[in-house]
Amino acid sequence: MMGRDLLGIEDLERSELERILETALRMEEVGRRDVKKVPTLRGRTIVNLFFEPSTRTRTSFEIAGKRLSADVVNFSPSSSSLTKAESILDTAMTLDAMDPDAVVVRHKVAGVPKRIADALQAPVINAGDGAHEHPTQALLDLFTVWQEKGRIDGLTVTIVGDVLHSRVARSNVYAFSKLGAEVRLAAPPTMLPPGIESLGVKSFHSLREALEGADVVMLLRIQQERLTGCYFPSIREYAANFGLDRRKLRFAKDDAIVMHPGPINRGVEISHDLADHRPSVILDQVRNGVAVRMAVLYLFAGRAPRDAARREG
Amino acid sequence: MARIWIRGGRVLDPASERDELADVLIEDGRIAAVGTLGDTTGAEVIDARGCWVAPGFVDLHVHLREPGQEYKEDIASGGRCGVAGGFTALACMANTQPVNDDPAVTEYILDRARQESPARVYPVAAATRGQAGEVMTEMVALVEAGVVAFSDDGKTIMDSGVMRRVLEYSGLVRVPVITHAEDRTLVRDGVVNEGPVSTRLGLPGNPAVAEVVHVARDIMLAELTGAHLHVAHVSTAGAVALIRAARERGVHVTAEVTPHHLTLTDEATLGYDTNTKMAPPLRSQADVDACRAGLADGTIDAIATDHAPHAVHEKDVEFTAAPPGVIGLETAVPVTLDLVRAGQLAPLEWVRRLSTNPARIIHRPGGSLAVGAPADVTVIDPERRWIYDPAKGFSKSRNSPWIGREMIGRALYTIVGGTLVYDAERGVLAP
Repeated sequence: MMGRDLLGIEDLERSELERILETALRMEEVGRRDVKKVPTLRGRTIVNLFFEPSTRTRTSFEIAGKRLSADVVNFSPSSSSLTKAESILDTAMTLDAMDPDAVVVRHKVAGVPKRIADALQAPVINAGDGAHEHPTQALLDLFTVWQEKGRIDGLTVTIVGDVLHSRVARSNVYAFSKLGAEVRLAAPPTMLPPGIESLGVKSFHSLREALEGADVVMLLRIQQERLTGCYFPSIREYAANFGLDRRKLRFAKDDAIVMHPGPINRGVEISHDLADHRPSVILDQVRNGVAVRMAVLYLFAGRAPRDAARREG
Repeated sequence: MARIWIRGGRVLDPASERDELADVLIEDGRIAAVGTLGDTTGAEVIDARGCWVAPGFVDLHVHLREPGQEYKEDIASGGRCGVAGGFTALACMANTQPVNDDPAVTEYILDRARQESPARVYPVAAATRGQAGEVMTEMVALVEAGVVAFSDDGKTIMDSGVMRRVLEYSGLVRVPVITHAEDRTLVRDGVVNEGPVSTRLGLPGNPAVAEVVHVARDIMLAELTGAHLHVAHVSTAGAVALIRAARERGVHVTAEVTPHHLTLTDEATLGYDTNTKMAPPLRSQADVDACRAGLADGTIDAIATDHAPHAVHEKDVEFTAAPPGVIGLETAVPVTLDLVRAGQLAPLEWVRRLSTNPARIIHRPGGSLAVGAPADVTVIDPERRWIYDPAKGFSKSRNSPWIGREMIGRALYTIVGGTLVYDAERGVLAP
């Protein structure tokens, strides 16, 4: 089962997603023990290769690895100095020569984890690449919804915000669609990627319509720098039309939950009180992130020791 | 000078509409006879049975990288690629270092070509100094030095007023102005065709309309000025439609299309292979279909490779950081024969778009097997099967989207000015 690398949800079968979720359930139990550590990956080395700064995701992977007793090494070259000094592939191959059991990669350009995976012996786990995919985020979102609702099949999931620039949105579109949910997108037309309907989702320009009957509302972070790219006119206008508060949430189902991959912009995509209380599950997502990443490291870094011949030149 | 007797081939000569089995005799650098030959004593014999014998191919769009970037390609290696691919003449773009915006650079290129290149080399000069889009180059002096066209190529002239004056002034020298039509304010940071593929890849999209808008502007300016506008590497259905309509109302616009835009779609980019990164990008199937139809109905005059060598270390980086472009001289014949095999182009029409039309666009001899014409001849085996490996080719670079692919069709012999310069068995023979 499963390929050597975890590069995106697009590549995974439904059964593989289910296996990761079931494994995460067992890992979640480890996190509730007094001693939050198991020897599963003792003697294994995991490198966090983060070309783009990310304290949250990197810390989550680091804690996940340590709870499995792996040796976790963080390597965070800044992208700008790297272009001058050394190519990405040279950096990655240098690390590979030190025989890690997995390399977790984040980069601001889509496709870099794939390029690195093609060159390395070690399995590569994508921790977010440009606007392409962020598979462990989608897995933790799936896990959180599964815990809340007891199922994914038949749910309606509405993703709100800058889908165009969002790897979280793409991975979640694949993840929830593959497990039988209906996925809707709500955003200004400038933030909906062209041809997104080809992925089997429905697009809305009205938040209200997109929320009708939704079981899950997933908000995306709005980035201030999109103002200069002429994607939207102002934070105020965005918040008025696509920001979520308790009043707008009434259009969704009564038991709808609210999610956000973080970090949140209070008062922009989500109102202050909604961010901190039910039905928001934002901190549960963070908590579940550790369990899901433990499952991913177990499944991808915990295989038989590497065999130099398995990946051809 | 040697006599060459090309025996028993299917002669395809668009200039005379000839498509028949015939012999060709070459003497003193010129075509001496076609059809029934007289005295062939002492002639070197080329057995062309089962092959096509055509006027040498003329590529309107190559980057030879000399002077300045000889690590990617130079005039000698690029010329060898050309003749190995059946091309006897190459029009080389001006984005060298220094830019070919001065007769001294033009003369340097021509001098190197005379010494080193087995193919004829026709320099294209920049339309503006330093390709900066501000001050026009000395067109009269450059044409006197030997340039065949003007273009800022990838540094598209965005200032419509400058483009208008460039087109207007080109009336003085009567050579085409070539436009790389992409509105940079619409392209922005786009690196792949905007659409379902860019969405799946998560890479910034370059919309088809960026080309269409710019082609529309340049056609309007050509219409205003009466100048000869040549549209480089057409990639969109919208541009094909605009060019077709412009020609119907008599605007002097010609166009070329690349082998990759005729045969590959943006789906080739799905694995993030930077050898599928081009400018303009690979487009949708509908665009490919429109380009093929446009080439077939004559809206698009010529096939041009946009041979754009880049070193492995330059391509082996993040997709957004990699320079656009692919090499194409050695694969153009088999790749574009796909249109012949698909029944969209008769063999004679295919030859016309590779030789007669491009030669006509830049007002150079070639594209004809008439008695007395310079003996630039290509012998093609349209059925030859081979696997493309750039390491076995003549380019200094390897950036091809067809590495490892089976090719059908190959240039077997290339003759420039009566001299056999390439033989598929023996390689490049001269200079």
